[in-house]
Amino acid sequence: MRFGPEYDPAEHEDDRPTAEPAIRTDLKLIADMIVPGSRVLDVGCGDGALLAHLVHTKGVDGRGIELSMDGVKFCVNHGLSVIQGDADTDLKDYPSDAFDYVILSQTLQAMRAPREVLLDLVRIGKHAVVSLPNFGHWRIRAWLLFMGQMPVTQRLGHQWWNTPNIHLCTITDFVDLCREVGVVIEDTVILDRFDRVRGHGFGGFANFIAEQAVFLLRRG
Amino acid sequence: MCSSECDPAKFMPTEQPALDTATVGADLEHEPRLMLATSRPMPLDCGEQLRSFPVAYRTFGSLNADKSNAILICHALTGDQYVIGRNPVTGKPGWWEIAVGPGRPIDTDRFFVICANALGGCMGTAGPREIDPATGEPYGLNFPVITIADMVRAQKLLVDHLGISQLFAVIGGSMGGMQVLQWASDYPDSVFAALPLAAAPRHSAQNIAFGEVGRQAIMADPDWCGGNYVRQGKRPERGLAVARMAAHITYLSETALQRKFGRNLQDRAGFTYGFGADFQVESYLRYQGNAFVERFDANSYLYITRAMDYFDLAREHGGVLSRAFLHNGRATPVRFCVISFSSDWLFPTAVSREIVHSLNAVAANVSFVEVTTDKGHDAFLLDEPELHQVLSGFLDGCATHRGLPRRRRGLR
Repeated sequence: MRFGPEYDPAEHEDDRPTAEPAIRTDLKLIADMIVPGSRVLDVGCGDGALLAHLVHTKGVDGRGIELSMDGVKFCVNHGLSVIQGDADTDLKDYPSDAFDYVILSQTLQAMRAPREVLLDLVRIGKHAVVSLPNFGHWRIRAWLLFMGQMPVTQRLGHQWWNTPNIHLCTITDFVDLCREVGVVIEDTVILDRFDRVRGHGFGGFANFIAEQAVFLLRRG
Repeated sequence: MCSSECDPAKFMPTEQPALDTATVGADLEHEPRLMLATSRPMPLDCGEQLRSFPVAYRTFGSLNADKSNAILICHALTGDQYVIGRNPVTGKPGWWEIAVGPGRPIDTDRFFVICANALGGCMGTAGPREIDPATGEPYGLNFPVITIADMVRAQKLLVDHLGISQLFAVIGGSMGGMQVLQWASDYPDSVFAALPLAAAPRHSAQNIAFGEVGRQAIMADPDWCGGNYVRQGKRPERGLAVARMAAHITYLSETALQRKFGRNLQDRAGFTYGFGADFQVESYLRYQGNAFVERFDANSYLYITRAMDYFDLAREHGGVLSRAFLHNGRATPVRFCVISFSSDWLFPTAVSREIVHSLNAVAANVSFVEVTTDKGHDAFLLDEPELHQVLSGFLDGCATHRGLPRRRRGLR
């Protein structure tokens, strides 16, 4: 999770941008979808790991929005263009087609109005890259079935009463929403609990075996 | 600005010292001083123009071969060009020693730092205290009313004179931040990065109201003499001191005032049941007022506060602030770093956020940080490690993009 409140600056004492950072597999996967030299907005950019990677290895014109001021300060201190802001309220400021890619990684489920945020993403960006935890994963289904309690997994580590994830969905739910609002899914990559790529596409068993999914989207 | 004067240990007088009017800057040379607009007059927003007027400025560090490492610092209302080093008028260190110098965030080992006394000021640049060449007398109220854009226009002439086609950065707090915004808006090709600190895109009604209290205090002083006090050998010291006292409260936060002074008494065991400075906070404000009149000109105060009142960047662009950041119909190429301070109630974070939203509206390159502090508006001048980290980090990132060497590790 890169969601703001979990960010701890004490974990990030290295002087990141001087060397190519090692980044998480799911972030690397997102980075691979980005064409070098493009204009990128990373919404909920956390400590800027993905943004720094994109700027330094792909030469993108990268910007970020981050809710937590600690995350913002860490990013700006390391030379990244990041503002403190809230995706729920601040995306509407941006003009249409301002970026080639708008990234929302592991954050849509924490938005107050995910549908509107999704529409803003594909409006502002020619493409949007959205990654989501999949609430339809078999372990989560099993947890609820056998324990009768809200699932707590490594990826979704909060209790029901303190989770920032107020709008969790399954891959099927998200695909349905895209269809309903006319967002085109150009690619879907599904990952297992070890962040290993398990295939492309949202059909078949994807909704059962994927712990998270990365979608490449554009407006219809 | 209070800068280092904020420390209550540094003020003591309960009796007000006699002022040494002989040391007031009019007699001092502020070098280097440059005559600008000698061949072509500089137009002013009020419709008048200035010809062959002086600008006093200081530079620190050295300009590199391709003149790409220059940083212009725009000072605040009562600041001056003495950013670092001894100020010849006050005898004190510069007003931003904490952020500027070798190894500091604005590193004079790497950058060529320029700071000019603002137009309308009283430290050597053309202002109401300077001699009007037409009459051979001080301008007084005959000096044309100037605006923030006029100040920036004069700075641009100076920068042109120095042969710098693009400033690496323009940095300033408060009124300096207004100038930064004006620079980025008026000369987007001449500015690589813009850092407005504790700034606002316009003076609010409350800001104007405080400005008016200060001006009325000055004009109510009989020694102001309708603005002609220099010719009559007088100075409206009481009025200017009151203006400074009122303004100074707005530069601090309630928390900081309470923390520093509370209801503590000044060098006395109990109330005197009179109107002396019983409370420390009174003594502190009196000290601030008195120290100020020794270094500042009352008419300059009128002109510069007026320039701030008139500042409204959106107004110049059909009332839409984001249009100030369009360049040839596209987003401004200037990289912004907007910094606000959590306890600043004069130019609060909300107005910095408004600048950020307007920059977003054209998809400009912007960073925005709110520094957490209880020191109020003046925090930008003080020891705020968070601010200095952000300044360093942002300038370093910009240096990389501009092809300048990065900061040497291990310093600071």
